[in-house]
Amino acid sequence: MITLTHFLVVGACLFSTGLYAVLSRRNALLVLVGIELMINAAIVNLVAFGRYDKSLYGGQVFALFAIVLAAAAVAVALAIILNVYKFYKSVNPEDISNLKD
Amino acid sequence: METIVFYGFATTAVGSALLLVSMRNIARALFLFFIVLFSVAGLYLFALADFVAITQILIYVGGVLVLLLFAFMLSNKELLQQLHSGTSHFFALPVWQALLIAASFLAILVYTAIQGGTDEPAWITASKMAGTAIHPTDNTVEQIGLQIMTQYLLPFEVVSVLLMMALIGAAHLTRKEETP
Repeated sequence: MITLTHFLVVGACLFSTGLYAVLSRRNALLVLVGIELMINAAIVNLVAFGRYDKSLYGGQVFALFAIVLAAAAVAVALAIILNVYKFYKSVNPEDISNLKD
Repeated sequence: METIVFYGFATTAVGSALLLVSMRNIARALFLFFIVLFSVAGLYLFALADFVAITQILIYVGGVLVLLLFAFMLSNKELLQQLHSGTSHFFALPVWQALLIAASFLAILVYTAIQGGTDEPAWITASKMAGTAIHPTDNTVEQIGLQIMTQYLLPFEVVSVLLMMALIGAAHLTRKEETP
């Protein structure tokens, strides 16, 4: 039986790694991967707490919802990234400085 | 035995994630993300969430990662050149501000987790006392299906509407512009 603290520490490590990726990478795709890492850390926490909730299964059900929302977010974000690449010929977030063409 | 396997999955996940964020070559980073997702799915199994683990593999590895690889190949002209010369710059330059913020977040989160371990919430203690935690022999898939169709019906419908909005939005964003 793995205790709750183990899951929370692993989730904390994954979250900080994702935060570092979001803040430091110069490629929009890897920023997106960092966001996915942070979402995964959140899902680890949901699932770990959900083990103690047998009557409603709240943790597991909301983990499923979070996975679906992350997939939808990735689809829209990749559409935006491809459009930005067509316009600027770059996926570096620092090159994208105009709001309207 | 269980603890050793858990630590194996945890070190694979965290180690691959650390290597992922420090790698300059994007193609390799995306394949490392594949390893991270698989080991996190393994971690879900230890929390007795088998259905969530399978969903993670199906949606993330089967859907999200393939989408990311497609976007990478469509947005990078120097793919082959990068694959060949990727070894000369193995580690990207560390950005110390980002490192500082991430490290302080890690410190706060780990401190909170350890504090929470010694002083756990009342409902978890009550659940342990009453023996209502999920057992490895329970049929979780049947229970999740029942709960989604009864208790969590409203969030389910909201998610379905949001998925349709995301589908329409992505299709609208990527369509060809009509020249006036």
